[in-house]
Amino acid sequence: MSPRHAFLLGLRSVLPLLLGVAPFGVIYGVIALQSGIPALAAMLMSSIVFAGSAQFLLAQLVGAGAPMLLSVGAVGLINLRHALYSASVAPLLARLPRRWKLLLAYLLTDEAYAAAIPHLLPAPGKPVVAMAHWILFGSGFGLWAGWQVSTLVGVVVGAQLPAGLGLDFALPLTFIAIVVPMIRSRALLAAALAAGVAAVLLAALPYKLGLFVAALAGLLVGAALTERRT
Amino acid sequence: MSIWVLMGVCGVVTFLIRYSFIAAEGHYQPPNWFVRLLPFVPVAALTALTVPDLVVVDGAIALGSGNSRLWAGVIAIGVAALWRNAVLTIGVGFMAFYLLQRV
Repeated sequence: MSPRHAFLLGLRSVLPLLLGVAPFGVIYGVIALQSGIPALAAMLMSSIVFAGSAQFLLAQLVGAGAPMLLSVGAVGLINLRHALYSASVAPLLARLPRRWKLLLAYLLTDEAYAAAIPHLLPAPGKPVVAMAHWILFGSGFGLWAGWQVSTLVGVVVGAQLPAGLGLDFALPLTFIAIVVPMIRSRALLAAALAAGVAAVLLAALPYKLGLFVAALAGLLVGAALTERRT
Repeated sequence: MSIWVLMGVCGVVTFLIRYSFIAAEGHYQPPNWFVRLLPFVPVAALTALTVPDLVVVDGAIALGSGNSRLWAGVIAIGVAALWRNAVLTIGVGFMAFYLLQRV
């Protein structure tokens, strides 16, 4: 696979997710302005922070006049799950120069990770992906560009977009399309069930902490089942 | 002024979380139990991210027939499991979602 092919593969993989991300970007732009954040800052937050749910939260906290330390802590907690993605892709990027690692860390979001990971997992008969970084760059760049454009639309056009279309449903649907085919063993199925049930039960925890704890529960259940078999 | 400082700090914090393990790779030997968890990250994290979107409505668990996201999601899960085709899964899921909303 050439770098170009790998980049385009990553880019293509993230396209269906953009359908679901775009409405969120637009809504973020609208909410940020309503919270009193200047248009330029609202726009640039999408490249400086570049984290959907954290930007929503930040806009709300700014609007409520929350103290800075609390806001930073909340953003850290809400993005904690990205450490899991970081650990997951780290072995694939070990031999790359630092500029690649910096770039791919900056672009490491839920959607970019989800779109790229099916192509990065080792499979029987498939050699370790040598172009993992280009695939991640393709999906990361695609999501980044889509996020910038959609927040710009939100900031410029404002609240005049139809909300009832349900386009945001594209996000859970695409995650289903990505995750379900990855479940190829009992341990993976158990990990998914544990994470899903825990995420629902813990959904009331603030700062999406429930999501992080639920993911950990899934990891532990999956690993425990693997161990028992060997 | 302070919005820019706040954004800058939040950007750095977010970046450092994403960079953490990527930067540390090769400089430490992760313990075995930790390495054994990693293959489960995609499925566990993305499931935890998705399921509440289907099941939790306005902060409450909604398992009734009125929750069209849930049942469209269940249909999409079935389609994904049977055919492992992303376009088909998303297409059928959306159709089910719109049809269920009209029922």
